[in-house]
Amino acid sequence: MGYLGKLFFMAMTAVFINNYVLSRFLGLCPYLGVSKKLDSAFGMGMAVIFVMTMASAFTYLIQTLFLIPYGLQYLQTIAFILTIAALVQFVEMVIQKNAPALYKSLGVYLPLITTNCAVLGVAILNTKATWADGAHYNFLDAVLNGFLSGIGFTLVLLLMAGIRERLEYADLPKSMKGMPIGLILAGCMALAFYGFMGFKI
Amino acid sequence: MTFLKELTKGLIKENPIFVIVLGICPTLAVTTSVKNAIGMGMAATFVLICSNTIISLIKNVTPPKIRIPIYIVVIASFVSIVDMVMAAYTPAVHKSLGIFIPLIVVNCIILGRAEAFASKNNMLSSIADGIGMGLGFTLSLIVVASIRELLGTGSWLEMNIFPSTYDPMLVAILAPGAFITLGFLMGVMQMLKNRRK
Repeated sequence: MGYLGKLFFMAMTAVFINNYVLSRFLGLCPYLGVSKKLDSAFGMGMAVIFVMTMASAFTYLIQTLFLIPYGLQYLQTIAFILTIAALVQFVEMVIQKNAPALYKSLGVYLPLITTNCAVLGVAILNTKATWADGAHYNFLDAVLNGFLSGIGFTLVLLLMAGIRERLEYADLPKSMKGMPIGLILAGCMALAFYGFMGFKI
Repeated sequence: MTFLKELTKGLIKENPIFVIVLGICPTLAVTTSVKNAIGMGMAATFVLICSNTIISLIKNVTPPKIRIPIYIVVIASFVSIVDMVMAAYTPAVHKSLGIFIPLIVVNCIILGRAEAFASKNNMLSSIADGIGMGLGFTLSLIVVASIRELLGTGSWLEMNIFPSTYDPMLVAILAPGAFITLGFLMGVMQMLKNRRK
């Protein structure tokens, strides 16, 4: 399998087979919280893709250049969450200064991303994940995995927002409105995504 | 009196999962068995009590502008402690909880209680709040896990409950079952709340 084949495998895994939201249960708070309107879901998705890619790059460098050489792996959680928090803050400032229009559409979502467990999740999983032949991810693999996981997150977020916009007109029992029906919908979606599970690439 | 009130409000009235709807990720991910649910609940409760204590102690010296990073560092330190202790003493549970132990750091319940309660109240009531919320969280995890484990494997806490003729509903312990179970439980909670009004 060439590198392109491996990339295809990684993309299919991150987006469909092991989708971060539906099969790994990461990033559910924004998934259920920001999926009421399609445009805000899109904004959130873009912000997550961006931060996940950046966070994968930085945490990979910190892990290999700093934590492993000095034998500090037990500080991983603290180091990673601080990196992500600082990164989000920094990204927020840069976008605010250089792209005010983008800041207006992403602005409110950026601080929320610090506590999005999918970002910390992808950073930690990158350090543990291996290819089929047992090799660990290198820098490029880690960054690409972050990017593709962000795409997977955005895909299901947009699907969910699309369904929920139409659900507004449905006649639901009063107790099922809002969060309960959202969760059941997510369950149906997860069932659909389970169809990808058996794929062997 | 107030100590008791802070202690019990997390159990039902302000239950972190069913009423405030925080921290859903671990609720869905680790409730495949009651054993995992108890492990996760205990770990989160410990972190919650410790972080609430420390944060309420340092609330007067914390600059408000950088309070969130400070809270995160406090929480992350305790999560690292739990992570290492569990790896040493309960390796099986540690392995099956996996990535969700370091992810307690970003569990909204813990940061939420730090921000909403511990940063404004004294140490004693913050500890009570931590115990109450932690137990409420644990209890909800156990409820969800009991349903899923019973339906999915026919046993509870690895003891067989249903007769061996029971054909396990595998979907209940897979990802979709988690969403659907929690969805129906929340619906029931809302129905009870509406009826009480």
